[in-house]
Amino acid sequence: MTYAATQVYAPTPSVPGELKVIQDATCTFCGCVCDDIELTVKDDHIIEAKRACVLGKAWFLNHSIEDRPSCMVDGKPATLEQGYDRAAEILTHGKYPIVYGLSDSPCEAQRVAVSIVDWIKGTIDTTTSVCHGPSGMAFQGVGEVTCSLGEVANRGDLIMFWGSNPAESHPRHFTKYSLMPKGMFLPNGRKDRTCVLVDVRKTKSAKAADIFIQIKPKRDFEALWTLRALAKGIELDPDLVQRETGVEFSVWTDLMDRMKACKFGVIFFGMGLTMTRGKHANSEAILALTRDMNEHTRFVAKPNRGHGNVTGADNVVSWRTGYPFGVNHSRGYPRFNPGEYTTSDTLANREADCGMTIACDPMANFSQPAREHLASIPFIALDTKETPTTRVAAVAFTVATYGINTGGTVYRMDDVPIPLRPAFPSPHPSDYDVLTEIEKRVKKILGVTHV
Amino acid sequence: MLETFILIPGRTTDQGCGVSEGKFKAKYQTAVNSLQVAPGDMERLGLSEGDRVRLTGEEGQSVEVCITAAKKEELPEGLLFIAYGDISSQLMTGDTHGSGMPTSKGMEVTMELLQKATS
Repeated sequence: MTYAATQVYAPTPSVPGELKVIQDATCTFCGCVCDDIELTVKDDHIIEAKRACVLGKAWFLNHSIEDRPSCMVDGKPATLEQGYDRAAEILTHGKYPIVYGLSDSPCEAQRVAVSIVDWIKGTIDTTTSVCHGPSGMAFQGVGEVTCSLGEVANRGDLIMFWGSNPAESHPRHFTKYSLMPKGMFLPNGRKDRTCVLVDVRKTKSAKAADIFIQIKPKRDFEALWTLRALAKGIELDPDLVQRETGVEFSVWTDLMDRMKACKFGVIFFGMGLTMTRGKHANSEAILALTRDMNEHTRFVAKPNRGHGNVTGADNVVSWRTGYPFGVNHSRGYPRFNPGEYTTSDTLANREADCGMTIACDPMANFSQPAREHLASIPFIALDTKETPTTRVAAVAFTVATYGINTGGTVYRMDDVPIPLRPAFPSPHPSDYDVLTEIEKRVKKILGVTHV
Repeated sequence: MLETFILIPGRTTDQGCGVSEGKFKAKYQTAVNSLQVAPGDMERLGLSEGDRVRLTGEEGQSVEVCITAAKKEELPEGLLFIAYGDISSQLMTGDTHGSGMPTSKGMEVTMELLQKATS
């Protein structure tokens, strides 16, 4: 099957000097994936991005065509053909190839990346593993009581944020989805909602909250299990709770009263839970608390997802392999094991011997042992801009930016697929195009004639 | 004896905007290379805006970074904050404890003064 959605949504070229307006463009900077942006384009520059937040404006208005070669091999400009050939050679000659990233690529490109990994019997992992990977593990253990952001906007009368700072990470979260909208069952918008923020520091999001609860660092698990006990009516020692959580017991009982009394409670949780002590046990606790609360009222939990299509990466890798991230194909069938097949581990443990990074920057965001190993093996990097990772890659492709130069599909943080409406074309290939060409060559080298 | 702090890396608006401008440009570099210290801790330790300090993690991994005072009440004493980036990632260890996720928040670090800011 040929599936070229990136072509379906290809942008029309700009006419020199003329203004072009793109209605309902989609911002792919964060997981909110706001699809109501009005872009004004002149001479292949976005000069206005109506309704975009501060991060969205920076995303759109700073975008220009990178004045770099589309392909570099061993630090020198090369043709795309040379790059595709070398990339396929690297990926097919390793014993433990890894492919990592993908959370800033459209689903169509993610799908091709999974195919390549399948052909080369490699390991695929996405930036989810260093984001909400622990929540992905918790979903499998506990399950997820969930809903769309539209339901939150129309029904959510108690909105909790735990270990999440949307004022800085998802600036339109409050106004578009969770706090300000006047919904079907909340005609007065913000006045009909109560907002609770739980965090270890008083972030900029605290201003938006009615109640701010500052817990001790690394005590999210204890705080969540305190609430679980209160939801179940289990007696607790107030002094012990205060010592463990850093918060007076009466604050927790008051919060539980509010949680039981609301009509539709929502907990948005962030990496304050997944990146700290407890990790997946913290996410399990918040999902289990949500399940507990449904004995009293309607309650849902949602992770606040960071990158524009990290949710798409979870979906695509799941429907291609059965697992969301950290998937190994070395035996010819997919195996899932976070801590073994996740990229932080395959690199820090010096197991991977070649790889490909797509729309990610492990040379800036990984631990030092992982970076040192990545720099020592041949790998391919696809990115829209120069990064510490592209600088050390054996083959570096400069690709067009999804949502601005290329179309396709992304998933909002609530698993709702959203189409992209690009603004103007790029001379650089899309990551879909690059991956498709690499896949063709991989199949040729491996002698694959079917599919 | 060096005092131990808990380091919380996280997102900031400047870091997010800086990513779009370019990781080698001033906005991003400034955002990810500024360590926020609680005003009370700065006063107690005799630290000033712009002082250069060394942070050392549990396995001896260390970084050098300039400090800035956190906004009042934003950061309790005993906690440090820095925007996600190269510095915060260098303090992570390679071990993910079977989760795939290195401990990236709530890291225990020691802080020592290296150089006073030039006034």
